[in-house]
This record gives sequence, C-alpha cells and structure tokens, in this order.
Amino acid sequence: MIEVKGLTKRFGSKYALSDVSFNVAKGEILGFLGPNGAGKSTAMNIITGYLSSTEGTVKIGGHEILEAPLSAKAMLGYLPEHPPLYPDMTVKEYLCFVYALKKVKLDMREHITQCCEQARVDDVFHRRIKNLSKGYRQRVGLAGAMIGSPQVLVLDEPTAGLDPQQIIEMRGLIRSLGKERTILFSSHILSEVQAVCDRVLVLSSGVVVADGAPEKLSQSFGRSGKLIARIAGPKDRVGDLLAKLPGISGAECLGEKEKDAADWAIQAKEKADPRRELFAALSQKGWPLLGLKADEMSLEDVFLQLTQRAVDN
Amino acid sequence: MAIARKELGAYFRSPVGFIFLAVFYFFSGYFFFANNLFGMNANLGGVFGGLYTLLLFLIPILTMRLLSEERKSKTEQGLLTAPVSLTGMVLGKYLAAVAVFVIGLSVTLVYALLIATFTSPNWGLVFGNLIATLLLGMALISIGLFISALTENQVIAAVGSFGVGLFFLMVGALRAVFTGPLAAVVGAISFYERYFSFGLGIFRIADILFFVSVCAIFLFLTIRVFEKRRWS
Repeated sequence: MIEVKGLTKRFGSKYALSDVSFNVAKGEILGFLGPNGAGKSTAMNIITGYLSSTEGTVKIGGHEILEAPLSAKAMLGYLPEHPPLYPDMTVKEYLCFVYALKKVKLDMREHITQCCEQARVDDVFHRRIKNLSKGYRQRVGLAGAMIGSPQVLVLDEPTAGLDPQQIIEMRGLIRSLGKERTILFSSHILSEVQAVCDRVLVLSSGVVVADGAPEKLSQSFGRSGKLIARIAGPKDRVGDLLAKLPGISGAECLGEKEKDAADWAIQAKEKADPRRELFAALSQKGWPLLGLKADEMSLEDVFLQLTQRAVDN
Repeated sequence: MAIARKELGAYFRSPVGFIFLAVFYFFSGYFFFANNLFGMNANLGGVFGGLYTLLLFLIPILTMRLLSEERKSKTEQGLLTAPVSLTGMVLGKYLAAVAVFVIGLSVTLVYALLIATFTSPNWGLVFGNLIATLLLGMALISIGLFISALTENQVIAAVGSFGVGLFFLMVGALRAVFTGPLAAVVGAISFYERYFSFGLGIFRIADILFFVSVCAIFLFLTIRVFEKRRWS
C-alpha cells in the first residue's frame, strides 16, 4: 500500500533523511522507531504530502503523492504529532468539518458516530476542543484521521501525552484498526512498537538501520549466550563448581538476591547449551537451582546498539 | 468549499466577525448620517469615500488570522494532507473573508433604499460605488491573505497588510513628485483614481480588470508561498 523509494530530504545542508526505502503491505502495521530527531516525523510528513522530498518517490496505493496528490491523499488518514484541531470548535463540529473536507461519501451521522465510538470520544461529542484534556484531544485527532475510513493510517506518536491506561487502550485500538487497514505508526518507545507492530523500521539520523519483525530483531542481535541462574548454595564453592563445568566459559556472581541464594551470570561457550549439565552438577551437590533464564538482549539494547553503530559509521 | 464554510463559521465563533461588522456598520452609519441625513444630500458618494479609508483599517482584521493562525496552531497540516488542492484551500479562505465583507457592505443598499423613500437616488452612481467598494475590498483581502501566509504572527500579518494596503491606496499622491516612467508606474498601480472614477459614474473595463488582476496576482502568490514552503 505504501511504497517509499530512495527518499531523501535536505533542509539546507542538513540531511533529515537519506535514501530511505521501504514498502508496507496491505493490512500490515509498520512501526517507525527512532530517537527524537531521527527523521520519523519528516518521513511521515513527506508520505502524507505535507512536505516534498528532495529526492525519491512515495506511492500510496499506486498513486504518486506529488503527481496524483488528490487520489493519494484520499486514501490517507494522518494524525500528526500535534493533532490539527481547532480549539474553538466542538468535537462534533470538528468531525463534521473533516468529513466535508475529505469529501466523504458515507452516511454522515452513522460514520461520525462510528469513528467516535472507535476512538472513544463519544462522551465529549458536544464539548469544545479547547476544554478537553490532552488525552482526549489526541483521540479526537485520531477520530479525525479515521473519518472516511482511509485504507492507510499514518499515526505520528499517537500515544504521546497519554496516561498508562490510555496508552494501553490506544495500542489495542491501533491493533484492532490494523486488522483491515495499513498502519504506519511511529514511536520512540520500544515496548510499544514490540506490542503493536508486525514489523519495525529503525531510523537513526535519517538512515534506516534495521528492518524486520520485532522478535527477529531482538533475536538476531540477542544471542548473547548468557544465562542467569539463581542457586542456593555456598557462594565460593558454587563458583568453583561453575568454573569447572565444560560448557561454561565464565561465571560471575551478581550478589545474594534471596536468603542463602545468589544470582549468577553464566557465559556459555560458543554454540554450547550448558543448562542440562548445570542442573545435573547442582543436583549432585544438593544445591537447589531456584531459577534459570536466558539473558536475551532486550529491544532496548538492540536499539542502542543499532543507533550507536550508525553513529560510529 | 468545506474550508470556506468552516472559515465563515470561525468568524462568528470568535468575536472577529462581529467586531468587523459592528465597526463597519457604525462608521458607515456615521458617514451616512453626517453626509446624507444631516447634510440633506441624496448622493451616497460621501459614504463610499469614507469606506475607502475605513476598509484599509478593517480588512486586515478580517484577513490577519486566515493563514497565520493555521500555521501557528499546526492545523494547516490537516488541511494540506487532506484531498484538497492548494488552490481550493486558498480560494476557500478567500471566499469566506469576502463573504463577511459582503455582509458588511450590503448595508449600503439599505442606505440607498432609505434615500429612495425620500427622493430618487442616482442608481447608476450607487451601483458604480458599490462595485468599486466591492472590488477594492476583494483586492485588499487578497493582499491580506497573502501577507497572512507569510507569517505565523497575527499582529505582523495585520500590520503588514495595513502597510501594503496603505501603500496602494496612497501611492497615487506620489505622482506629482516623480516624473517620467516612475510617475507612470505609480499612476498605474494606484488604487485611488480607479476607485473614485467609479464613484463619478465612469465605468471602465480596464479598472475592473485592474482590481480583478490584483486579486488574481495575490492569490497566486499565496499559493506559491505554500508551494515554496513545502519544497524548502
């Protein structure tokens, strides 16, 4: 649905985006991830036709955004970072305006009611936007983006400024919207992207540094081969035992976390899985193994590693 | 046209539209009273002469927020990503301001009808004046709209359009100062003679075309401002 090819945007001599290319398939939720100033909003502004690219093309459902802007924009619903709301209007007036602006052909009352219910703003329908809280404004903006049932939704940090309860609701809403629509959604919060998206695109200083499913990303970088084990036993003797096991290249005590039990960070040898021999050795000694987990790299680490790598290059 | 309707609504959701109309009615009423009722004169020329200056002050109030506010509150992002052409957007804004102005201007018809109850006014002169004022207002609105597109500060927009409007309205006086081609240029862009020749009952196509061209040029420039900003 969204085809982006060789997108480059220059502000003066500064490159906000350089050579960004990606496709978003129909019904896919793509998360844009990146630190502040990575070019997420710029990319979204170009995709929605608010800005022009210095180089590169954007196609929405086959329509070039610059050559056939009206048919491309008719397929889009955009929620910018600052929702484009008119504070003097009531929610109803605003949504009716957006409805007329987008030249929607659906039944007006029914459609607007439906959008309000989905975005959960039906209880403030007759209130002025300037009197609403930030969370409500964000959702009114989302309702506006949903008017006309566009096939592509572009949401720029839709959860910014919401409280935790609302964030959870918003994520649920995005996921349910994503069932029949294509969604491009940006965030600088990793857990959010992990929770919502089918695919993640990591941007750093205007360059795509990673592209893939969130699990895949943390897997491909997450093979640290580290185990965390909680072992109840005398510390120095446990340390000696661990050092002697063949599959382990090193062990480090992380300190006593429970009474008489310490956490150990165990580094496995390459391609070795020392979990079985560890269990056997400990049970032989009569030291219970209270917990064992793989210390997978979190997406946070992956993210930091990726962006750091981009900076180094 | 959704934009024109929204903008018209915005004029009357905020006090701007009401203030514009109130001031317009007050002063045009005053001119009418002083010139026609008190002066026992059936010629509305005095009213329209007064409006020439009044519009200079009032039109910027009408146009200052049209585009600058959208930019400041980032609502233009919503308009520019909607399936509406730039031309459609600018024209919508323009028409809304013209509509409010026409609501104000229509009061002069009431004055003409009032006079008609006493004596028969020179209808040709009345309509000549009416058209002149309409054209002048439309030209000033296009200038104001253009300047409003340049800044996100409403005060700058108002003062700027006041300044540019004042220039076009008064530049004719400089004709006596300059000689040669400069005098011709000054004469060509001056609003003054063209406006008042309508009031004398002279109906020249060239004058109408002049005001229409001013509108077209400034509307075109407004669209270019948006184009340019998108590309920069």
